[in-house]
Amino acid sequence: MNPQQLQVGLAQMDCTLGDRQANLERHQRWVEKARQAGVQLLVFPELSLTGYFLKDLVPEIAITLEGPQMKEILGLSKDLDLVVSAVIEEPDHRYFNASLYLSNGELAHLHRKVYLPTYGMFDEQRYLAPGDRFRSFKTPFGRAGILICEDIWHLSSAYILSLEGVDLIICPSASPGRGVTTDERLGTAESYNLVCRTYAQFLTTFFLYCNRVGYEDGANFWGGSMVIAPNGDIVAQEEDADEALVTATLELGEVRRQRLANPLLRDERVELTINELRRVWHERTRKPY
Amino acid sequence: MSEPASPTEPIFQPLAINGPLVRQILVRFLQNEVRKVGFEKVVLGLSGGVDSSLVATLAAEALGPSNVRALIMPYRGSDPKSRRDALQVAGQLGIDYLEVDISPQIDAYFSRFADADQKRRGNKMARERMSILYDQSWAWRALVLGTSNKTELLLGYGTIYGDLASAINPLGDLYKTQVWQLADVVGVPTDIVKKAPSADLWAGQTDEVELGFQYRVVDQLLYHLIDRRYTVAEVEQLGFQRAFIEDVLRRVRDNQYKRRLPVIAKLSSRTIDRDFRYPRDWGH
Repeated sequence: MNPQQLQVGLAQMDCTLGDRQANLERHQRWVEKARQAGVQLLVFPELSLTGYFLKDLVPEIAITLEGPQMKEILGLSKDLDLVVSAVIEEPDHRYFNASLYLSNGELAHLHRKVYLPTYGMFDEQRYLAPGDRFRSFKTPFGRAGILICEDIWHLSSAYILSLEGVDLIICPSASPGRGVTTDERLGTAESYNLVCRTYAQFLTTFFLYCNRVGYEDGANFWGGSMVIAPNGDIVAQEEDADEALVTATLELGEVRRQRLANPLLRDERVELTINELRRVWHERTRKPY
Repeated sequence: MSEPASPTEPIFQPLAINGPLVRQILVRFLQNEVRKVGFEKVVLGLSGGVDSSLVATLAAEALGPSNVRALIMPYRGSDPKSRRDALQVAGQLGIDYLEVDISPQIDAYFSRFADADQKRRGNKMARERMSILYDQSWAWRALVLGTSNKTELLLGYGTIYGDLASAINPLGDLYKTQVWQLADVVGVPTDIVKKAPSADLWAGQTDEVELGFQYRVVDQLLYHLIDRRYTVAEVEQLGFQRAFIEDVLRRVRDNQYKRRLPVIAKLSSRTIDRDFRYPRDWGH
């Protein structure tokens, strides 16, 4: 293994809605496929163990971090690091849309989705509790952070992770395709490409976007999973809505080189930002009504 | 709005679609939603119009012609051209088809209600056809495909539990003007795409005469009101007449019931569809 390189894989897959066992078996097959392809870090889509439009299935399909299902899931990460996604029930019976970073059979990090879309075709806050933090974590390949789907539609999420010094942002997603025009691709595909590439380039980090395929109640998941380099270039992508293992070799030194060429992070005025945000917040909350 | 030269053209640009992309999404939609619930086959009513011809074409591509059965169900008052067009589409696609003349059963029923008006008879015919489709669905172990488009669904221009009834509907999010474009892309005969849309419930009926406006005009209005959430004042500024806007909005509102399950009187703490909410694809 070259410590300067990381072989990543994105499991652009379909899920069975509300059938945890079927999805666990899917994960086993994808892990095996990725292992054979020499993948060291494999990312699954949002809610990969459950399916997305769960509605009242949320409490029925949730797992606990201490429960027996967790053991099976951890067992998937013996040979390679994984990001898998599930509904996590906390001891106080709040349910979270969560992504787990697994390494060597252990849970290395847990991110609870902060921004739960509850508009248009989405209804997450009806069923789920929002996370309350963005934290980076150490991996064998550098510092990473996880943002789940809607989290990336809030600039501050990626900005916070960036200030923690992440080399890599991982985004599991279950994005339904919509917006049909005469364009080559769906509106959602265009938007995500723009957002993910912008983050990678502005924050000079690698960006892994893993989206689902398949249909739930007529909604199509458009795939488009991509690996983006710290200069904003897409280095691998499955543009179609087909199941695919998207792989790429990341040259980890690229983060350093990009930050020397383009020292945006060095020049970032964190204290100024904090002061200005505090001022804005004070002005907003000082209003009499 | 001025009168257009052709009912199908020109296409209003915001409603122009990437036909091949939509075709792929809908073909996969049919494959996915049919097969994952344990079916291989579908049935649909083939009228010879553009909507059902398009659905038949997409279904034949998605599932293979031998897994698609078209029911051609004329009434003795139906335009003979409709039947010929339906036979042409079935033949072109190589799908299985079955003709059922609904005249005997319709006439037997209305012999007791001789004073029934055209609309009542038309609704009964639509429900007779639905009843046949669901019987074939059972006999052939096939899902019933819907063919109602977004324009019809919004305007309520369909018979509840008649042509509005189906298991899955690939066209429900496409306006009529988009149906025309897609039909053209997938190879529905041009003659069928261009002919005046008609429910063919009585001789000489056409949708646009009955509705009192043209699809290509109402689609533009609906696009702004529904998809883009323009206000009435804003669409008026675009040149739509106030009376037309109000008529369309009234139709959308008055027909909301056709797009929903029956209203259930709430008594318990978990009432179906209100606070008992599960996805349709539960477990699939």
